[in-house]
Amino acid sequence: MIMRFAKNLARATVLVALLTPLAAPAAAGGAKLQKAPVDLNDLVSLQRGVHVFVNYCLNCHSASHMRYNRLRDLGLSDDQIRDNLIFTGVKVGEPMNVALSTREAGELFNIPTPDISVITRSRGSEAGSGSDWLYSYFHSFYRDSVRPTGWNNLVYENSSMPHVLWQFSGQQQVKVQEFGSHSDATAALQQAKSMARVDEISVKDKDGKEVKRWVMKTIQPGTAGTMTPLEYDRMIADLVNYMTYMAEPARLERTQIGIYVLLLLGILFVFALLLKKEYWKDVK
Amino acid sequence: MAAAEKPPVTITGAGPLSGVLSCVLTWIDQRFPLVSSWKEHLAEYYAPKNFNFWYYFGSLALLVLVMQIVTGIFLTMHYKPDAAQAFASVEYIMRDVWGGWIIRYMHSTGASMFFLVVYLHMFRGLLYGSYRKPRELVWIVGMLIFLCLMAEAFFGYLLPWGQMSYWGAQVIVNLFDAIPLIGPTLAVWIRGDYVVSDATLNRFFAFHVIAIPLALLGLVAAHILALHEVGSNNPDGIEIKNKKDAAGRPLDGIPFHPYYTVKDTLGAVVFLMVFAIGVFFVPEMGGYFLEYNNFIPADPLRTPTHIAPLWYFTPYYSILRATTETFMWALSAGVIGMVALIVLSVGNNLVRLASAAAGAVLLVAFYVLEPKVWGVVLMGVAVMIFIPLPWLDLSPVKSIRYKGPIFKSALTVFVISFVVLGYLGTQPVTDTGTLISQVCTALYFLFFLLMPWYTTLDKCKPEPERVT
Repeated sequence: MIMRFAKNLARATVLVALLTPLAAPAAAGGAKLQKAPVDLNDLVSLQRGVHVFVNYCLNCHSASHMRYNRLRDLGLSDDQIRDNLIFTGVKVGEPMNVALSTREAGELFNIPTPDISVITRSRGSEAGSGSDWLYSYFHSFYRDSVRPTGWNNLVYENSSMPHVLWQFSGQQQVKVQEFGSHSDATAALQQAKSMARVDEISVKDKDGKEVKRWVMKTIQPGTAGTMTPLEYDRMIADLVNYMTYMAEPARLERTQIGIYVLLLLGILFVFALLLKKEYWKDVK
Repeated sequence: MAAAEKPPVTITGAGPLSGVLSCVLTWIDQRFPLVSSWKEHLAEYYAPKNFNFWYYFGSLALLVLVMQIVTGIFLTMHYKPDAAQAFASVEYIMRDVWGGWIIRYMHSTGASMFFLVVYLHMFRGLLYGSYRKPRELVWIVGMLIFLCLMAEAFFGYLLPWGQMSYWGAQVIVNLFDAIPLIGPTLAVWIRGDYVVSDATLNRFFAFHVIAIPLALLGLVAAHILALHEVGSNNPDGIEIKNKKDAAGRPLDGIPFHPYYTVKDTLGAVVFLMVFAIGVFFVPEMGGYFLEYNNFIPADPLRTPTHIAPLWYFTPYYSILRATTETFMWALSAGVIGMVALIVLSVGNNLVRLASAAAGAVLLVAFYVLEPKVWGVVLMGVAVMIFIPLPWLDLSPVKSIRYKGPIFKSALTVFVISFVVLGYLGTQPVTDTGTLISQVCTALYFLFFLLMPWYTTLDKCKPEPERVT
């Protein structure tokens, strides 16, 4: 009887599963995120990543929840940290703060620069993990003369942040294409080899009637930078790897401990099962 | 002295310690109902022998409650209930407090697990009619526990002081704004400010760590006491107390201890494995246990484009959002239909008159007060409507095993509506989504409102004499 009920429930669940896509947001505009090659076991990559981070990010952005000496996690000694990664003379046990004040940041960028200790965790969505978002973000800057900084970004449109790493990547451009149908635009988005996004817009046709159009923006190579695209990609991969670690340093040990916990519970399970069987022998 | 008249406690099997232990326990037992309580609630509490999978969730809920309290105590040692420091203190726990991340993930995963376990526990009640006479009070106290749990989760969610904490609290407190006349004053009184602020955080902290847990513990004790007074139900929905042996023990009952203590231990281990997978491998659960936006510190000046509560509130959040102006027409039709049904099928003239009057008042009120108010009312009623269940279910049998096809279909539809409402509550509003959630809201309420009629019509099977 319960089986029949379960079967009915399963049947109905399938029905619901078929119906629910109707409720999903139709054609939300946005960028297609690229998968970030995160590997937290790669300590060398994490070390290169923190190097990029303290040189290029930790001037405007603080990471005030992260202490310098936590970088021992990455196989670095206090001396190595002090000599190579601290430029301000603070003690090695201090958090990664910056001198830029909220007010100064407001004058420079029109907006206070956020603390980015946990930014990677905050950027997750159905489109991808926070790491994917950051990785795509760093590949999506393009020249835009309209923006006050001269830069814009496909992943985070009208981002107040200029392209800090432009000397390495070169100055990319954006190509804009318009499509008459959503399916054409989606197909083009799937085909795009570089970062791209599609947005729905409404324009007025000749008769002044509102019609829907789909605009695809694609990143195009512009002037060359000091790095080859491959070198730049590796630098970004390292940086994102580090920022993924920094957002949750416990992640390095979390899954390891988790395996031990599960093994221990597995052993406990065997004993609990035997104990239960022993006692329940006499229940008829 | 009266105390000395109690027989001495004898302990065997503890080797040379047996004598000492017996003396100590005798001394205590003559001053405290130790042995009698042990017997009444464990060693001689006879539980039906046919408990199945669904009967694990009661003890599991107790386990999660204890875990939440213990991890909560340790979190309180390091957390700062201060708008300027709260967010940073949580990150401090995650990084600088030794073992802090395990404690925090246990607490955050535990919150979701609590609801998962409690929803399954409630579903068990629906399956086997555990709310029926004589267990009405067990059921009602259980519903009060559920209400407290919701309050506990809501207050606790503000504490990390992230964007979702802040705006979630803002949205929910603003609901009180909708109450006519006193609404705005009441909302300010709850927040302690005109917006969610440091004052709000402080009082929510007080509610989360002491007020609600106290109530919760008292209610849990009452829940178990009431249960042990009437005895446990079972998957067959028949009373094991009706068939006793010569010594007065139920033939189909077995002592809770040791049989169900060892069985529930096994259940607890399996549950802990699932729990550990959450804590150690997927603490965010794709944004369902820890929302991504909550890793951005609360910013009163920046409203997130999409505010969604955690998954366990989303069915009710969907009902709130489903109550639009057009839905008021459906509600009016529903009220007229209900009144007609009562007037046509109930013989008592007083009941007929009362329901017609109540219906008329509701119909007027629907168009006097704005739909937002009714959204709040519907959401509240959706949670509370479980309470009258013992009196809505008129079926001659308790368990779904012997109930007829109508109840089975109704329960299936109810479960599906609940899940769909839950899913839609996590999604941004769309026209189609709103329509589906309106249909599901209607089905959710019809499960309860039509129950007296369909359980009477249903063709039930005869119950067995003894448990199967």
